[in-house]
Amino acid sequence: MNRRIGNSNRATPNGRSSILAKIRKNIKNLDDPVREARVTDRLSRSPVGLIPARARKAHAKQVDLFCEQASKVQTTVTRINKIEDLPAALAEYLRGRNLPKKVRMGNAPILEQAGWDRLADLEISKGPTQGDDPVGLSHAFAGAAETGTLMLESGADNPTTLNFLPETHCVVIRASDISGDYETAWATIREKYGKGNMPRTVNMITGPSRSGDIEQTMLLGAHGPRALQIFVVEN
Amino acid sequence: MQITSPYFKEKSSEALKDENLQKALGNVERGFIGKRAKAAANLPEFEALRDRSKEIKDHVLDHLDLYLETYEAKVQDSGGRVHWAAGAQDARNIILDICKRANAKTVTKGKSMIAEEIAINEHLERNGIEPIETDLGEYIIQLRGEAPSHIIAPAVHVNKEEVEADFRRTHRHLPPGRNLEDPTSLLSEARSVLRDKFLAADVGITGANFLVAETGTSIIVTNEGNGDLTQILPRVHIVIASIEKIVPTLEDVSQILRVLARSATGQDISVYTTFSTGPRRAEDPDGPEEYHVVLLDNGRSDMLGTEFQDMLRCIRCGACMNHCPVYHAVGGHSYGWVYPGPMGAVLTPTLIGVEMGGNLPNASTFCGRCESVCPMRIPLPKMMRHWREKEFERHATPDRMRRGLSVWAWMAKHPKLYHAGSRLAINLLGLMGRRKGAFKKLPLAGGWTEHRDLPAPEGQTFQQQWAAQHRNSKLEQAT
Repeated sequence: MNRRIGNSNRATPNGRSSILAKIRKNIKNLDDPVREARVTDRLSRSPVGLIPARARKAHAKQVDLFCEQASKVQTTVTRINKIEDLPAALAEYLRGRNLPKKVRMGNAPILEQAGWDRLADLEISKGPTQGDDPVGLSHAFAGAAETGTLMLESGADNPTTLNFLPETHCVVIRASDISGDYETAWATIREKYGKGNMPRTVNMITGPSRSGDIEQTMLLGAHGPRALQIFVVEN
Repeated sequence: MQITSPYFKEKSSEALKDENLQKALGNVERGFIGKRAKAAANLPEFEALRDRSKEIKDHVLDHLDLYLETYEAKVQDSGGRVHWAAGAQDARNIILDICKRANAKTVTKGKSMIAEEIAINEHLERNGIEPIETDLGEYIIQLRGEAPSHIIAPAVHVNKEEVEADFRRTHRHLPPGRNLEDPTSLLSEARSVLRDKFLAADVGITGANFLVAETGTSIIVTNEGNGDLTQILPRVHIVIASIEKIVPTLEDVSQILRVLARSATGQDISVYTTFSTGPRRAEDPDGPEEYHVVLLDNGRSDMLGTEFQDMLRCIRCGACMNHCPVYHAVGGHSYGWVYPGPMGAVLTPTLIGVEMGGNLPNASTFCGRCESVCPMRIPLPKMMRHWREKEFERHATPDRMRRGLSVWAWMAKHPKLYHAGSRLAINLLGLMGRRKGAFKKLPLAGGWTEHRDLPAPEGQTFQQQWAAQHRNSKLEQAT
């Protein structure tokens, strides 16, 4: 291969056309008449690939697996019966961890339904965080059982800063939104935003923040939350 | 950064004598190999997913121009901007320009090998903008003024005690008597120092593990959450990614994600996989107001259609170097540029030229472990062999080696002579070495015996033993 330019220190005008022209010059199947059709087809069908067997099971088993896999990566999980049980369960979690009774959350409808006014000593505030809130509470639109992964979307009701700045991150998810695999969540996103569209941010979160950068030993609490607590709402 | 790849041999000799480095390198074998093996074994579909992942990337490379155009249109649809950079200088200019327009004083950075490749930090610094690495490993090496020595564990060459010394030297505002003995306290200190930097930064630069053509989405995979704080807090988010990071759809990404972390750290999936599409929407309460993607070519389009095209499937998991006996012995800095280990030995000569990087493909025992663990099934040894052939063609191989090789080649083309010669030599060496079992010194083999003994042959060549066995089995069949 002698047509290398590599780590060029010269500026190239018309980067776009020169890059595309070079790709077209070097690609082997450029004359293939169905090239474009193949790409269009794949993008429109977005075929589902191989789904691990562990993800393909009855829904109740998927929820169990989700909780089990999340626990394996140092997430704590509480299963509650109905959304109205959330304030008490959250208060108990905070007490158990000796955390301040102060929670920052978004406006997701499921959080609105919880009925926070029944717990007088829990201080609730809403909106994004600047980093001075000890506990954040968010809503996950989907969960993938295969790895115990939460999926959260950004939007008017879901500030992304709540997922990363507070030391403790609590997430509510309906059991009915838990499925086996990641692919199911993409179907949900397409239904909501239309094919080919995404919210600004989708966060897949699997456990609290960690780093293995000092002597390859995993330590919890790098830049994101030191603790991740999930509340699974069964009904 | 200064490229020292032509001095691989000298650098390696130094590395072998560096006790601190050798201690740290032990963590590569201990920290990665077993974890990957366990993660792979726990997923019955792992091998099949490797095949799927390879197919996806092969398909992308055959249609790269079309997917890039689709991707660009989708980014624009979601309010983002795409900048095409043919080379490193183009990418540096584009990024500096965006930072200047944002009046940036400080820039936070998520981990990005492309950013290392274009040496963006030096460029920003020269222009009065302070880049701050936020990945813990990258932060440590930035304090030390070093380059990463591993593509996913940039500070793998540094020991805990050295990190402590670096923090004490740099974090002068903290009490000198503080306890930094255990790694957790080091992590906490980095967390609090960097938290202020995250909140103050004007621009955040991240890399991308994938770019999704279907949606115009860039994806980063991290464990720390630093890449997320880098992109949601500043007003401007710049993504720097090379053109081969494209995948068609969200489903395709999901396939490759299932092999990425398992191959890299042995996790089933990394803690944070973040999908970013355009700037914050009108109704969003947070997120960046501007979203830029810098698409870097820097020699990659030249690899298409060549014997090195397969290298463009690489997803930068680091499994090849984690399993490489040469990397274990000499570490990443010996390779002298951005990419070390087997993937670096193939990529470096392609990106910076065979004159600078042509030495690296020789740093292999051809044991094949890299290929056997590569999630994208890249034939790394084969490509290193291609480079060696090119080096030979260019007459870049030392004279003595060339002469030796031509004698050997002539012999190999005359099998009868070859067999007779080797029989004679092996029988003789077997006789001479029978008493001690090994040679401490041997004429013409000084390069070997200088460092280790040469075991004495048992007295018969492979061909002789083969022929004898063949005769015996024939006799057995006959009786």
